[in-house]
Amino acid sequence: MIYESSMAYESNMTYDIIIIGAGVSGAAIARALSRYQANICVIEKEEDVCYGTSKANSAIVHAGYDAVPGSLKARLNVRGSRMMGRLAEELDIPFRRNGSLVVCRDKEEFPELQKLYERGVANGVEELRILGREETLAMEPNVTDDVFAALYAPTAGIVCPFELNIALAENACENGVEFRFNEEVKDIVRSGQCYELHTGRGTVRTKYVINAAGVYADVIHNMVSRRKLHITPRRGDYCLLDRAAGSHVGRTIFALPGKLGKGILVTPTIHGNLLIGPTAMEVEDREGTNTTREGLDQVLEKAGLNVKDIPVRQVITSFAGLRAHEDGGDFIIGEPEDAEGFMDCAGIESPGIASCPAIGEMAAQIVRDKMGLREKSDFVSTRKGILKPDALTREERNALIREIPAYGNIVCRCEMITEGEIIDAIRRPLGAKSLDGIKRRTRAGMGRCQGGFCSPRVMEILARECGMNLQDVTKSGGRSQIIMGMNKDML
Amino acid sequence: MEKYDIVVIGGGPAGLAAAISAKRSGIDSVLILERDRELGGILNQCIHNGFGLHTFQEELTGPEYAHRFIRQVMELGIEYRLDTMVMDISREKLVMAMNRKDGLFDIQAKAVILAMGCRERARGALNIPGFRPAGIYSAGTAQKLVNVEGCMPGREVVILGSGDIGLIMARRMTLEGARVQAVAELMPYSGGLKRNIVQCLEDYGIPLKLSHTVIDIRGRERLEGVTLAEVDGRGRPVPGTEEFYSCDTLLLSVGLIPENELSGKMGVEMNPVTSGPRVNESLETNIGGVFACGNVLHVHDLVDFVSEEAGAAGRNAAAYVKEYAENSVTGSAKDSVKDGTKASTRDNWKDGTKAGTRDNWKDSVAGSAEDSVTGSVEDSVGDSTKDNRRDGTKAGTSENATGRADHQRGREIRLQPAEGVRYTVPERINVSRMDEKLSVRFRVGNVYKNCYVSTYFDRERVSRRKRQVVAPGEMEEVILTREQLLQYPDLETISIKVEA
Repeated sequence: MIYESSMAYESNMTYDIIIIGAGVSGAAIARALSRYQANICVIEKEEDVCYGTSKANSAIVHAGYDAVPGSLKARLNVRGSRMMGRLAEELDIPFRRNGSLVVCRDKEEFPELQKLYERGVANGVEELRILGREETLAMEPNVTDDVFAALYAPTAGIVCPFELNIALAENACENGVEFRFNEEVKDIVRSGQCYELHTGRGTVRTKYVINAAGVYADVIHNMVSRRKLHITPRRGDYCLLDRAAGSHVGRTIFALPGKLGKGILVTPTIHGNLLIGPTAMEVEDREGTNTTREGLDQVLEKAGLNVKDIPVRQVITSFAGLRAHEDGGDFIIGEPEDAEGFMDCAGIESPGIASCPAIGEMAAQIVRDKMGLREKSDFVSTRKGILKPDALTREERNALIREIPAYGNIVCRCEMITEGEIIDAIRRPLGAKSLDGIKRRTRAGMGRCQGGFCSPRVMEILARECGMNLQDVTKSGGRSQIIMGMNKDML
Repeated sequence: MEKYDIVVIGGGPAGLAAAISAKRSGIDSVLILERDRELGGILNQCIHNGFGLHTFQEELTGPEYAHRFIRQVMELGIEYRLDTMVMDISREKLVMAMNRKDGLFDIQAKAVILAMGCRERARGALNIPGFRPAGIYSAGTAQKLVNVEGCMPGREVVILGSGDIGLIMARRMTLEGARVQAVAELMPYSGGLKRNIVQCLEDYGIPLKLSHTVIDIRGRERLEGVTLAEVDGRGRPVPGTEEFYSCDTLLLSVGLIPENELSGKMGVEMNPVTSGPRVNESLETNIGGVFACGNVLHVHDLVDFVSEEAGAAGRNAAAYVKEYAENSVTGSAKDSVKDGTKASTRDNWKDGTKAGTRDNWKDSVAGSAEDSVTGSVEDSVGDSTKDNRRDGTKAGTSENATGRADHQRGREIRLQPAEGVRYTVPERINVSRMDEKLSVRFRVGNVYKNCYVSTYFDRERVSRRKRQVVAPGEMEEVILTREQLLQYPDLETISIKVEA
């Protein structure tokens, strides 16, 4: 169910559960809860799912050796990584265990690498191994010649962070979860057995609140609890390279972790690009996703420490994401003591992507037990992704084009995305409403020309499919219109 | 499966001229595959005038210029398919394409002419820091929105890069009611044609800020402003020179990149400087029967010279096909041969105005020495990846190809860019296959004043031509004649240099 922003609220409506935030955690929880009989709604302040931290990260399914044994991060990472394979199959999204290497360049730091290994073993990570220089270079010839040793984790993987988030949300939606977009929660008030959420659009009542608000999770939490949380956004700058550079390394190459995070990695993406980053810069602005010169320079410089000859001239775009770092340093999942019926899912920074299946599972179990939820008989665990014509045989593809000619029309030349895929992205549940929405669902505009050729075409298709004017087409909702009027109307 | 003698990939100015020339050279079976909705390519959005001065001695708009060629395509009955994307080309010249009507289909060609044009460099390639709001467009995308869709991308505009499209768009946006506040150029010189700086900026009082770049982009949803700063000799921002411009639109005109994904996939060898195929005097790539012309080969300034170059590619492809036919008759399935025989019918593929009148802006050979290959400009704006989409270049390969009886087979002379010269097209010459005149096109790596453009045959300087100024923004040319080359039977390398 999709709530249209123009619709008036039903005044007496009380939800069983409201999830604040449609990022990967909120979507994973929504999907996990959608198997139960309950009236569930996700409220998102942006126009689409996967809009904050979930859309700008390393997209790594970490093996699970980083977190301190016994922490929630450690437990959920390892569990989430184990669940990811099946989840990817159910949701029809790409996922590959490409393995990862943590590179140690200095003999003196070797004890740190060993510590990481031991942590991994304690956390239950399987198949971990420490490799010597030769073995490392044999596995990844572009790792720096200075490598002394490396920690190899074959179970580490890569996903598409957009598709993961979108697929979780779509599946939840198909199982009856309602989504409200462009609606920001401004205040939460306890009212009898319920909570009242005051939003930019009115008031909504619910029996249970789940806080999955990313970098705003402390703000939401602090509306209901006296035990305050404090989140510091940690910005990470990235550079994305052309697919031509995508096979520069096969595995994800990490540096030894530092104080603020896992350092700058070099990894292939699931779609065959090369991704380098992130930096770690603590910032004040929770919307501060701007890259900086220093940040980008640091990415290029530090990536080169562990991997040689990175073809930095093939950078096609750069971006920054914000990690929601909570002061305690661990994930926070559960009810605060002084706010019954309210659950946090806060401090979800790395390894959030890897953990999301387990976060959803854990949160859903807590709510199920609290509320005594019962399973539905008609829960559908699978979701069909956007049809990718290039995965078809030639005969199948031609049959498809005969039936739906739009699949014969290439719109995005760089990624070879057809009009058929774009229409699918718009029409499906929780469909795309903006250029970025289409980009994240289909990759149209994500290639080397970055939408130079296709954006006017995509705008046309969007306007036609959504019945809007060209002038109302946005890059990513809000005031992000692409055009600002017609020729000469200012003269 | 369908079969054509020549399949032309792309129906822009290069593809049109190549197809026309091939047809006029006696090949009837020619097919143009165009991915857009109409023929003409990027010319369709170039509604300003200035096209055709060399070809037609007239000032035409882009669509008018395209129309001259489209009309010939129609008159000659050359086949073309629109909305058709070429997905793959094999080394054996099996072309796989797709459209709404036919789905995926194969065409076997005897010769293929690559004429896919180029694309614009995007913001990402420059790694400009800041936010990523709406309101940032490559100049060509904005040109399409304004000139084809009639939409204004914004009201308050800053332009980064002084490539020609950027300059043209500064004027267009002004005429359509926007305020263009400045054009910033990273290099100490413009990447565009002098005439465009005068007619598009100076005439409208738009400041051109050389040695400046965008160092920050503000605005989360829609662009709210950019910060410009002066850069030092190495392109790095100079602290203290930052200046904030409040604007809703940033246009990027920071270079063009030949679209060679198909070529690369089929195994065509690329020149890293031009990002285009390496070709010989016939504009033929390392794969026999696969030719390249126009902006896919190297980015041009003027479309007239794209047409001229493409005309040569069309003739050469026709000659290849004729030889191919001969060879198949005699049963020798050779691939890239082409010697003696060449299309004897060279001629007026450009109606009326014959190209024979090549004039003097193209030196003939000349030379002496300096070095200073400074400005290798690789990452900077402008240069090899030249902005172009609208005007043209001094290109043009050869004029007459009659009497091809010489028997110098096989031997190839290497062309080498030397001091100050970044690349040459072509890179190899087989004298036995060349026309009477061959124009060698190149770009310099920096602005040079009061210099000579010199040509060396091995170590001997055979010619030099005095130039008041040469600049990366304007393509240069040297003409070689067959007669001259025949006098040097042992010649191995021809180098072109900029000398003091």
